[in-house]
Amino acid sequence: MKKVNLPDAAKIKDELLKTYPTKVGRKRSKHITVVGEKKEDNSIQANVRTVPGIITQRGCCYAGCRGVVLGPTRDILQIIHGPVGCAYYSWLTRRNQTRPESPDAPNYMPYCFTTDMQEEQIVFGGEKKLKQAIQEAYDLFHPKAIGIFATCPVGLIGDDVHQVSREMSRELGINIFGFSCEGYKGVSQSAGHHIANNQLFKHVVGRDDEPIAGKYKFNLLGEYNIGGDAFVLEEMFAECGFTLVSTFSGNSSYDDFCKSHNADLNLVMCHRSINYMAEMMQTKFGIPWLKINFIGAQETANSMRKLANYFGDQQLIETVDKYIAREMQAVEKARAEVRPRLEGKLALLFVGGSRAHHYQELFKEIGMKVVGAGYEFAHRDDYEGRKVLDGLEVDADSRNIEELKVANDSTRYKPRLSADQKKKLTQQGIKLNHYEGMIPTMEKNTLSIDDISQYEQEKLLELYKPALFCAGIKEKYGVQKNGIPCKQLHSYDYGGPYAGFQGAINFYREIDRMINTRIWKLIDAPWKEEEQIRANFATS
Amino acid sequence: MEMKTNTKSKPNAVTNPCNLCTPLGACLVFKGIKGALPLLHGSQGCATYIRRYLISHYNEPIDIASSNFTERTTIFGGKKNLISALENICTQYTPELIGVATTCLSETIGDDVPQYLREFKSEQKSACLPHIVSVSTPSYNGAYMEGFQATIKSLVVYFAASRPRTRRVVLFPNLVSPADIRYLKELLADFGMNFVILPDYAETFDGGPWDGYQKIPQGGTRIADLSELGGFASAIELGHSLVGQESAGAYLEREFAVKRHISGLPIGIKATDKFISILETVSGKKMPEEIRKERGRLLDAYADAHKYLFEKKAIVFGEADMVAAMAGFLLEIGVIPVLCATGSRSGILKAELEKLSCESGRSFEIREGVDFGEIEEISGKLKPDFMLGNSKGYSLARRQGIPLVRVGFPIHDRIGGQRVLHLGYRGTQQLFDRIVNTIIENTQEQSSIGYTYM
Repeated sequence: MKKVNLPDAAKIKDELLKTYPTKVGRKRSKHITVVGEKKEDNSIQANVRTVPGIITQRGCCYAGCRGVVLGPTRDILQIIHGPVGCAYYSWLTRRNQTRPESPDAPNYMPYCFTTDMQEEQIVFGGEKKLKQAIQEAYDLFHPKAIGIFATCPVGLIGDDVHQVSREMSRELGINIFGFSCEGYKGVSQSAGHHIANNQLFKHVVGRDDEPIAGKYKFNLLGEYNIGGDAFVLEEMFAECGFTLVSTFSGNSSYDDFCKSHNADLNLVMCHRSINYMAEMMQTKFGIPWLKINFIGAQETANSMRKLANYFGDQQLIETVDKYIAREMQAVEKARAEVRPRLEGKLALLFVGGSRAHHYQELFKEIGMKVVGAGYEFAHRDDYEGRKVLDGLEVDADSRNIEELKVANDSTRYKPRLSADQKKKLTQQGIKLNHYEGMIPTMEKNTLSIDDISQYEQEKLLELYKPALFCAGIKEKYGVQKNGIPCKQLHSYDYGGPYAGFQGAINFYREIDRMINTRIWKLIDAPWKEEEQIRANFATS
Repeated sequence: MEMKTNTKSKPNAVTNPCNLCTPLGACLVFKGIKGALPLLHGSQGCATYIRRYLISHYNEPIDIASSNFTERTTIFGGKKNLISALENICTQYTPELIGVATTCLSETIGDDVPQYLREFKSEQKSACLPHIVSVSTPSYNGAYMEGFQATIKSLVVYFAASRPRTRRVVLFPNLVSPADIRYLKELLADFGMNFVILPDYAETFDGGPWDGYQKIPQGGTRIADLSELGGFASAIELGHSLVGQESAGAYLEREFAVKRHISGLPIGIKATDKFISILETVSGKKMPEEIRKERGRLLDAYADAHKYLFEKKAIVFGEADMVAAMAGFLLEIGVIPVLCATGSRSGILKAELEKLSCESGRSFEIREGVDFGEIEEISGKLKPDFMLGNSKGYSLARRQGIPLVRVGFPIHDRIGGQRVLHLGYRGTQQLFDRIVNTIIENTQEQSSIGYTYM
C-alpha cells in the first residue's frame, strides 16, 4: 500500500476556524470533531439551526417529507397545497425509480399536482380550492390514497389540511391524510422525515392484516431507490429466498405499506430519515430492527449474513454464503483492476444523513482515504451512535415536531424472538435496535464536520487537495472550478445503482473514471504554470 | 399507465405546472450584478430549492443566502433573522450589493422588509455597508418572469439618479441565455455603442475554472454603471410583455427622459430586423457589413431547407416572451405553431399572438395559465411534428413520440443550456439548423430504407 502522510487534522480544524468572528468560530468549533484515538469519546454538535446568512446546503421540512420519504412512492397521489414553486422543485428531481406491478398499474410519480395558491387564497383561505383539487384528482385517477402536503403559507393562513383530509376521505371513501410539513419547521429536512414517518405510521401502516406468503419476511427501511439501488437489492433478496414485504420507500406501493406490520424484521438503511418508523413498529407490533448497510461489497456481505443469522435457518445461511462467494468473484476482479490507480488518494464526503457514513466503505475497498466526512441534516446519534440518545438535549425547534405516543397493539403485538434466539444473536455480535454511528467507524486523525459551510468546504479543498469530493449538485460545480471532480451522492450524478455487489462494481469503475480522466490535468495546468512564471519574475 | 389530464372545467388542481416561482426570477437578476449576493427572506428551503434548480440548468456554483426562518420567526416576525443574515453576509462575503427578495412565508406574515432595511442601515455605523436592494416576490402573486422584471425595476429605481446626459445605452435583455448576452454585447459593440446590460449573468452563470476561491463569481453589471443610468440616452427593452407596463425602461423614460425602445425577442428575420433598426436609430450607424452577411446566410438557409419545414406543426411552450418570439419565427419559416402555451397569466401572449395570427392568416391555439396536463390534452388532437420549449416538456414529447427541440429555461436533460444561442440572425441560424436537422433525423430514423441523402 502507498504511504500517505496526512496533515494533522487538529491543525486543519484550527485553519478552518481562523477567519471566523469569535462568536461564530466558537459555535462552529463544536460542529467540527477531530477523530481521535478513543473514537467512542468523540462528540459533535448536530441538528441545530443554521445561522442566517451562512450559505447552507440544507433543505426544508417540506423537502424532507414530500421529497425524500414520500417522493419514491408511486401510488399515493400527492397534492402540494401551496404556491407553485414548492411543487415544481420537488417534481421528480431526486430521480427515484419505480416499477409498477403492471403497465396499467397506477404510477403518479411523473406527475406534479398542486393547488397553485394565488393571492385570493392567501387572503380568504385555500381550503375550498384544496377540496376541489382533491375532488378533481380523484375523478381523474381514482387513487387508493391521497397525501396532502402543506407548504409555508398554509399553516399561517389557518388552512387545516388534516380536517380537509378527513372530510374528503369520508366523502370519497378513500384514505386521505395530510402532512403539516411547512418549510419553516425544525432545523432542516430532518423534521420532514419525522413528520412523514408519523403520518405514514398513523394512517397507512397496519391497515391490512392479511397474512403474507413466503419465508423470512422483512421490510427495508430508509432505502429510496436512487439510481435503481432498490432493484439490485430486491433481486438479491429474492435470489437468496427472502421475502421483502415493503420498502420505505424506494419502489414502494401503498398496499405494501399497509401490510408491512406483518413482517418479522425491519432492516434500516438510512437511520436518520426512518428510525422513527422502526422504533414505532417495534413498540406497537414487536418487530425488531437491524441497522445494515448495502453500500460497499464487504458491508453488503456482512449485512446479508446478519440478515440470514437473524432468521437462523442453516440452509438459508448457506445459501447466502454461496451467493456472497459467487458475487465476490466479480467484485474482486473489478477491485483489482481499479485499485492501483486509486490507492492512497484522498476523498471528502459531505452528504445526507447516512451516505457520508455508508460510502466510506466503498472508498476503503478501493484503497482511498476518507479524510473528512459529515452530514447535512443528521443528529448526534447518526454521528456518535444511539448511545447518546438519552443525554440529547431537545431544543425548541425539535420540540415542535410531534412525537407520536405509541403503545403495544393489544391484538397484533407479537414478540418476534425468543430469549434463546436473542441470546444467540448477541453471541454472534448482532445487535438489534442499535446503530453505532459514523464517527466510531472513522480512522483517527480525520475530521467529522456537521452542516459544513461553503467557506469551510473551499478551505478543505485547499488544505487537503483531495482527489475527489462527494456532495450534491449545489456543491458540485464550485468544487470542479478548482479542478477537482465532485461526485454527487444525492442523485448519483444520474448514474448508479451503487448498492449491493453489482452496485459496488459500478461505483469502483465510476470513481476510477472520474478521478483519472485527463480533463483535470488540463484544467489544472495553465494556472499553475502562470503562477510559477510570475513567481520567477518576482524573485529575479 | 396512460397519461391522464385535467380538463379546463376542472381548474383547481394544477397537473404538472408550466411555471416557476417568483423569487427564482429575482435571484436570476441579482446574480447578474457584479459583486452581488441574493438573500431570500424566508425558509431556507426556498434558497436551497432555487439554487438546486438554477444549478441544474447553468452547471455553475450559485450561492443564494437565506434568513432561515424558524417556527418562532413566523410568530414574532423576520426582522431579527434578516438583520443577522445581512450582518453575516457582510462579514463573510463583503458583497457590493445584497439583493433581498421576499418569499411566500415572509409576505404572508406581513414582514415590512423595506422598513427593516431602513432600520438596519441607520443602526450600522460601518462605512463600507453594501447596497441593499429589496423586491417583493411572493410566489402566490405572479411567477418567475414577474419576479425577474420586478427585480430589474427595483434595481433601477434604487440606483438611477439625475446625471448629465451621455450617449450611453442600457439594454434590458429579458430572461435569455448567457450565450445570448455575450452575442448582444458583440452586436452592440459592432454598432459602436457605449452600453450597459442589465442583468448581465453572461460570466457568473457561464464562467471558466477558478484561480482561487471566489466568494462571489466574477462578472455582472457594474454598480458604477447603474448609478449613471439617469443620464443615459436610450433604454432598449426586449420582450413584448413590457409594452404598456410600468417597467424599468418606462421608469427611466418618465423620470429621467431616457428614450425607451421596445422590441420583442429578436428571433427570426423580421424580429431581428426590427431590433437592428432600433440599434441603427439609437447608434446613428447603419448595420455593419458582417451582420448583413449573417442575415444573408440565414435567408439562404431558409431557402435551402424550406422543403423540410413547409406546413410542419409545432407546439411551442414556456415563458411568454420566448413563446411569442418563437411563434413569429416559426410562421416565418412555414411551420405552424399549432399550440402556443405559457404558464404565465399575464395576458400578453394572447394579445401578441392574435396579431401574428391576423398577419399570417393562420389560426392556432393560444393558451395562457396552462399546465402540462392541459397542453397534453389539446396536443393529442393537433398531431404536432415537434415541440419547442424547455426540458419539462420531455415527458409529453416522449409519450407523443415526437422530438423536443430544447430552448429557453430550464434545460436540465441536456448539456449546455447556458450556451444555447437564441437571438439575432446568428442565434436564429443555430435554432433553424437544429429544428431542420431534428425533423430530418426523425424522418431518417423512421424510414425503412435508411437513406444517407436526405
